[in-house]
Amino acid sequence: MTEFFSSDLWTIYGLPFAFMMAHIGAIIGVVLLFVAYYTYFERKVMGAMQRRQGPNTVGPFGLLQPIADGIKLLSKETIVPTQSNGPVFVIAPMLLFTLALIAWAVIPVNAKWVLADINVGILYLFAVSSMGVYGVIMAGWASNSKYAFLGGLRSASQMVSYEVSMGLVIVCVLLCVGTLNLSEIITADRPTWVQILLFPMLIVFLISILAETNRAPFDLPEGESEITGGFMVEYSAMTFALFFLGEYANMILMSAMTVVLFLGGWLPPFGIEALAIVPGVIWFVLKTLLVMFFFIWTRATFPRYRYDQLMRLGWKIFLPFTLFYVVLVSGLLVYFDALP
Amino acid sequence: MLTGLAFYLFAAVVLVSAIAVITARNPVHSVLFLILTFFNAAGLFILLGAEFIAMILVIVYVGAVAVLFLFVVMMLDISFSDLRKGAMQYVPMGLIIGGILLAELIAVFSAWKFAPNAADNIAVPFVQSAEGITNTEAIGRVLYTDYVFAFQVSGLILLVAMIGAIVLTHRTRPGVRKQKVADQQARKKSDVLEIKKVTSGTGV
Amino acid sequence: MAPTELLLNYLPILIFIGVAVVMSCAMLVLSFVSGKQNPDVNKNAAYECGFDAFDDARNKFDVRFYLVAILFIIFDLEIAFLFPWAISLSEIGMFGFWSMMIFLGVLTVGFIYEWNKGALEWE
Repeated sequence: MTEFFSSDLWTIYGLPFAFMMAHIGAIIGVVLLFVAYYTYFERKVMGAMQRRQGPNTVGPFGLLQPIADGIKLLSKETIVPTQSNGPVFVIAPMLLFTLALIAWAVIPVNAKWVLADINVGILYLFAVSSMGVYGVIMAGWASNSKYAFLGGLRSASQMVSYEVSMGLVIVCVLLCVGTLNLSEIITADRPTWVQILLFPMLIVFLISILAETNRAPFDLPEGESEITGGFMVEYSAMTFALFFLGEYANMILMSAMTVVLFLGGWLPPFGIEALAIVPGVIWFVLKTLLVMFFFIWTRATFPRYRYDQLMRLGWKIFLPFTLFYVVLVSGLLVYFDALP
Repeated sequence: MLTGLAFYLFAAVVLVSAIAVITARNPVHSVLFLILTFFNAAGLFILLGAEFIAMILVIVYVGAVAVLFLFVVMMLDISFSDLRKGAMQYVPMGLIIGGILLAELIAVFSAWKFAPNAADNIAVPFVQSAEGITNTEAIGRVLYTDYVFAFQVSGLILLVAMIGAIVLTHRTRPGVRKQKVADQQARKKSDVLEIKKVTSGTGV
Repeated sequence: MAPTELLLNYLPILIFIGVAVVMSCAMLVLSFVSGKQNPDVNKNAAYECGFDAFDDARNKFDVRFYLVAILFIIFDLEIAFLFPWAISLSEIGMFGFWSMMIFLGVLTVGFIYEWNKGALEWE
C-alpha cells in the first residue's frame, strides 16, 4: 500500500484527484450547511421583524431546528401521483438541486480559492441559471395538477422575462471589467465613478434575482393563497426537500453572484487596506450574508405583486432601462477612453 | 486519455439521446432528450476548446429555444395519435424532399476540398494564443468589424423574427380592462372627493 | 494556455455534475427507503382542494406565454452578441462600437413596434 502512495501514479493523478474530490465535498458540505441555517436565519429574522420568537424549541435557541426539519422530510412518504408522468416528476427536483450545486464550481471565494477557474465563468453561471427554468416547467407539467401547471407556467415566463434584464446588467459590468473570468471580474480595477455609474444596475440586479429565484414579492409561482404552492403542490418528502434545498441554494448562489459582480468579492470593503488583515473568505461570506439578508428583508416588507405588474416591470421598465444603460456605459467608457 | 474518455462519453450520449428524440412516443420526452443532446454537444464543444460557443449553445438553445419547444409540445394539447393517423400520406412528399436534400449534400461534399493543412489542426483545439486572448475575445475582435455585414444581417433577421412573432400570435381582445398607471397617478383629490357639511337630521 | 490545461479546468465541473447527480439520487432513494410507504388511491390523486380532478390538467393556455418565450429567444440572442462585444470593445474601437449601436438600434425598432402593438401588455 505504501508503495502505491509513493508511486508516480499517485502523485500525478491520485493526489490531485483526491484533492479535487475533497474540494467538491467541501463545497457541497458548506453550501448545504448554509442552506440549512439560512432557513433558520430566515425564520429568526422574519420573527424579529414581526415581533415573534421564531424557532426556539429544538436545541438551544432553536439551533437544531433545520436538522429536525431535514430528518422529518427524510422520513416522510414519497408520493408520486398516479396521473403524473413518473420519470419526469422525479427528475425535476433532482435537476433543480443539481443545477443549484454545480454553479458553485466557478465561484471564487478568495484569491485562487476556486474549483474551476474557467475563462467564461460568468457565462457558465448565466447558462446554469437559465437551465433552472426546466426544473420548474417539468415539475409543473409532470404533476398533472392544475395548480402545479399554472404555477410552472407562471414561473417559467417570469424567470425567462427577468433573465433578459439580468443578462443586460451582466453585460454592463463586463464592459467595465473586460473579462469573463470571475476572479478577474473581482480584481479588475474599477474607478470610483464607474462604481457609482454601476449602482443603478446593482438595484436592477437585486430586484431581478428576487424574480429569478421566485422570492417575495415575486413569489407568484408559489402563491399559496391562490395556487397553493404552485409547481410544488404535488411534491412530498425528499422530492420536496430537493426543491427546497435547490431554491435556497439558488438564493445563496445569486447572493454570491451579486457579491462577485458588484460588491468586490473577497476584497475588503471600500478598498480600505487596513481591513485586508481579515482573510478574504470572511469578507466574501459577510458580503454574501448581507445580500442574503436582503432577500429576507424584502420578503418581510413587501406584499406580493400582481402578475401583470410583474411582467410590466420586467419587459417595460427593466428591459428598456438596462438596454439604455448598456449604451450609456459603453458610450461613456469609449468617450473617456476608460475601457479596460 | 481522459479527453478521449470524455469524448466517447459525450458522443455516445449525444447519439443515444438524438435517436431517442425521434423514437420517443411522448413528444415531451422527445424535447427533454433534445435538451440532453444539446447539453452534451456543448460538452463536445468544450473538448474542442470552444468555451464560448459551448456556453452560448447552452444559454441560447437549452435556455431559450428548447423552452419554447417545451411550451409548445407540453401545452398545445395536440392529440398525437390523431396526428399520426394522417402521417402516411406525407410519405411520398417527404421522400422526395429528403432525396433532394441528400443529393444536394452529396453534391456539396463531393466538391468539398479541405485546406491542405486542415488535417494537422484537427487535433489542436483553438485555445488561448500566446498573448492570452481568450476565444471569446478573439470572436469579438473579428465579428463586429471584419464580419460586420453578417452581423447586421443577423440583427435584421432578429427584427423580422420579432415582428413575425407578433403578427402571428398577437391579437387584441376587446373589453379587457387594463391598469392605467398614468391615470391612477394623475388622479387628484379635488376630482373625486367632495366634502359636504351635513347638519344633523337633514341628510345629504 | 495549453489545450490540456484548459480542459483540466473543466474536469472538476464534469466530476461535480456527476457527484451532484449521484447525491440527489442517493437522497431520494434514502428517503424512499427510510420513510414508511403507504400508498392510497386518494392520496395519490392530483390535489384539487378535495375534489376529484374534473379533467386533465394540461389545457391549452394563452398564446401570450408563447409570445413571451419567442421574445425571450430574440433578446437572449441579442445578449449573446453583446458578451464578446463587451470584452473586446477596447480592441475594436469606434467602428465596432457603432456597428453594435446600429445592431441595437434595429432591435430597438422591433421593441418599439411590439410595445405599440401592445404585445407586452398583460391584463
